Amino acid sequence: MTAAVSVADLSKSYGGLRAVRGVTFEIRTGEVFGLLGPNGAGKTTTVEILEGYRKRDAGTVDVLGEDPERAGTAWRQRIGVVLQSSAMYGTLTVREMLALFAGYYRRPRPVDEVVDLVGLGDKRDTRVKSLSGGQTRRLDLGLALVGDPELVFLDEPTTGFDPAARRAAWETIRSLRSLGKTILLTTHYLEEAEQLSDRVAVLREGRIVALGAPAELMGRGQSTEIRYRQEGNEIAIRTDEPTRTLHELTSTALADGVELEALQVRPPTLEDVYLSLTEDDD
Amino acid sequence: MLVSAFYTGRIDGQPAGRVLLAGLLGYAAATTTFAGLAIFIVVRRENGVLKRLRATPLPPVVYIAALLASTLLVFALEAAAMILLARVAYHVGIPDALGSLAVALLLGAACFTALGIALTPAIRSAEGASAVVNLIVLPMAFLSGSFGPTRHYPKVLRALADVLPLTYLIRLVRGAVVFGDPIWERPTAVAVVSAWALIGVLVAGWKFRWEPTEST
Repeated sequence: MTAAVSVADLSKSYGGLRAVRGVTFEIRTGEVFGLLGPNGAGKTTTVEILEGYRKRDAGTVDVLGEDPERAGTAWRQRIGVVLQSSAMYGTLTVREMLALFAGYYRRPRPVDEVVDLVGLGDKRDTRVKSLSGGQTRRLDLGLALVGDPELVFLDEPTTGFDPAARRAAWETIRSLRSLGKTILLTTHYLEEAEQLSDRVAVLREGRIVALGAPAELMGRGQSTEIRYRQEGNEIAIRTDEPTRTLHELTSTALADGVELEALQVRPPTLEDVYLSLTEDDD
Repeated sequence: MLVSAFYTGRIDGQPAGRVLLAGLLGYAAATTTFAGLAIFIVVRRENGVLKRLRATPLPPVVYIAALLASTLLVFALEAAAMILLARVAYHVGIPDALGSLAVALLLGAACFTALGIALTPAIRSAEGASAVVNLIVLPMAFLSGSFGPTRHYPKVLRALADVLPLTYLIRLVRGAVVFGDPIWERPTAVAVVSAWALIGVLVAGWKFRWEPTEST
């Protein structure tokens, strides 16, 4: 299996701020790779370097066989970048906007297909400036896909989406994957990284603190968590033997005549891993 | 045209209408190609459109060329309209040396387009764009004689004007409009405008920014 993207010891600083410090990872062809981390962790900088927007200070980067810093227009035929806060030509309709960008590519997807793919079918002939925020974001995705790229960069694709729109966006992203595209997804939504990614890299303060499939990351410490409240205190116990621990807990409580309030038994989630990896060290 | 209402008769022995038409054509070249284009690019850059285009296979050269072509087209229509208006409303004859006029205006437009593009990296925001641009164009227009003769201006200002491209463009345009002279009779002026055009192209190629000014 070939690597679509290969990054080694990537570093970038802005003045005194070291935004990315020696990041190394690979993205395999056809996988959805998630870059997860809080704001300021270095996700956007890393992605912008991969997209060719930013020069790196150190390290090597290989995206689809080329260095983004030196890549030319032939390379840009093969990538699609979903931008968030970039404006569009407001007076064009959705279809016209897509057709304009389709014209920049050698083998674009049919415009009507892209319109349907991103769920803007009934807004086909609406002027871009009349679209709602969520619809504009879908058009952002459409513009990145219209060139039929091999690799798609999705930077925080569902920020600001309501839950229904988010689910719909996830479906679209999953269908991209089934088309054989490689996707780099950055997000600070854990559920999104968990749901969509084949593998996730967790970024914190410019460094990767964890890398692997979501199940693998969650499996770190295969433990179950038992939570309850006693005398106003929140107590959380991690255990690999939840049945025995629960039994001990509850029999003790019964014997003492104490009620374990808000008793919860839950399997580990990516959130637990994420929080433990990204919270400040004591 | 408002200005021409003040000047009836003659300026320096030449028909006022013609002199002013020449000046205003020069001014239009500077405003449309330099000011208009600089503001347009800064706005597009700051709102993210240029960044979006940069991710596509569209070669930057093609984009700039298209921008240039549309700007020149607009300016050509403007110039034609001004000449016709001068003819119809102010009875200023259609200039004889139309060929030379066209070449002069083309050269001037190309020069100011290059300078306009070269200026854009220095402007940080869309709001600031029109302020910066007007701060440059208006004084330059006055100094170079767009609105009337500058003979009585202080020496310092006239020395400054002697360096500015618009001064020389207006000389070329005036030559064609007022005197009917072909353009090659003023080689110095052609050289100065061309030199400024070259400076513009070099600076633009070196410094042009596609990304919005960072807020971090």
